[in-house]
Amino acid sequence: MSPHGHDAHKATAYITEQDLPERPLATVPSDVIKTASWRTFLPVIHLEACTKCYVCWKFCPDVAIGIDEAGWPVVRLDYCKGCGICAEECKPRAIDMVKE
Amino acid sequence: MPRMVLSGNYAQSYAAKLARVHVIAAYPITPQTAIVEKLGEFVASGELSAQFIKVESEHSALQACISAAALGARTYTATSSQGLLLMHELLHWASGARAPVVMGVVNRAVAPPWSIFTDHTDTVAQRDTGWIQFYAESNQEVLDTTLMAFRLAEHPDVLLPAMVTEDAFYLSHTVEPVDVPTQDEVDEFLPRRDVRGLIRPGAGVRLGSFTMPDLYEEFRHKIARAMERSAEVFFEIEDDYHRLTGRHHGGPLPTYRVDDADAVLMTMGTATTTARSVVDALRTRGNRVGLAKLRAFRPFPVKEVRQLAATVDRIGVLDRSFTFGAAGAAFTEVAAALYPETHRPALKNFVAGLGGRDLTPKVLEGMFKALLKGDGPEVDWPDLKRRAEVVRHG
Repeated sequence: MSPHGHDAHKATAYITEQDLPERPLATVPSDVIKTASWRTFLPVIHLEACTKCYVCWKFCPDVAIGIDEAGWPVVRLDYCKGCGICAEECKPRAIDMVKE
Repeated sequence: MPRMVLSGNYAQSYAAKLARVHVIAAYPITPQTAIVEKLGEFVASGELSAQFIKVESEHSALQACISAAALGARTYTATSSQGLLLMHELLHWASGARAPVVMGVVNRAVAPPWSIFTDHTDTVAQRDTGWIQFYAESNQEVLDTTLMAFRLAEHPDVLLPAMVTEDAFYLSHTVEPVDVPTQDEVDEFLPRRDVRGLIRPGAGVRLGSFTMPDLYEEFRHKIARAMERSAEVFFEIEDDYHRLTGRHHGGPLPTYRVDDADAVLMTMGTATTTARSVVDALRTRGNRVGLAKLRAFRPFPVKEVRQLAATVDRIGVLDRSFTFGAAGAAFTEVAAALYPETHRPALKNFVAGLGGRDLTPKVLEGMFKALLKGDGPEVDWPDLKRRAEVVRHG
């Protein structure tokens, strides 16, 4: 697996003090670490009700709402922890939280 | 006395509820959040009649508690790591204003690099702020010590703020059976605070205002004396708590199998539980080792450390933090307490378990062995990943 792969963070178990830079500077973006394995509830977006207001995108405390080429919000399952803030904030009630 | 299954965080919440706090002001931070969430539920449901003040930062949270305490309210807050660091200025205000605020702190590493895991740097870095500090080993101890902390903080001979700490996740998010005293029992142990506070509405007084050099030092000395007295008062309070609940956690420095020990390790927080099992394992193999749990870091148990050292030739001190001085903070205190003594045991400092690294039986056993052999550096970081020790996979 490349150092940018989904288990890149596991490689740190084999890094010694001598292998680390003097300052804690990460050289890959944080989204290489996928953090959603403990989700219980999944947001499901009903596009027929969606008004593309992007409140879900704005309120998501992670980077779990993406916008597709047509401008629709999509849930990025590698990052969504199922907190439900998007569903709570969605004005047209277009998002349901569904137990996985 | 009902037995409940509680996380360390909920043990804090139930203690504050049983103490019938008047005012809670807090700001959420991982891994502390569940403490105040639960208290918010208690207030919302009417189970606890208290003012829950929502604030924009930890700095404001503690200020709200200090002001309410000056009016005579019993106050509680909780935080962790960066939140505690943001409170630093107000920590001094709390002790200087002699506000008996009680605070739960979940010990979490300080960034950067970012971490949410156990490390004592956050609270150890506040050792000079005039707060009483207790480090808990179990969720039962979290609950019991928090109740005792209210009584100690509010005692007229003390009047100092107190923090009760618990290791992140090992206690904060791990559930254990906890005996929870009844409300009647707690009411007897901890009567409602006399609400005739230092400041009363309409009374023309100012708290903590400007002082010239002819008086400032005396106020600092008063805090020093109060901290000294708190050590004595704590014994009375723990005896009272024992009479009421049958539980006694052994004072500020409880010891384990130290009577004939050749070497004793001093630990803080959850590492103590692992170290106790290592003591038992080493004893079955003929190594005479013992353990001392540094439960109170402020007031520092100088007398108890001296009593322990009088009969032991080798003492190791485990610091789960490093403060970039001559040695770790707990070690430095132990060394300072023992320097004037005629019998001075050999001392070793172990700095380990930072940022949530597990302090495994193997690592702790290595500390005891280094102590018994007397080898290795005076300040040792035994679980550091050094290149020579690495086994590469693939």
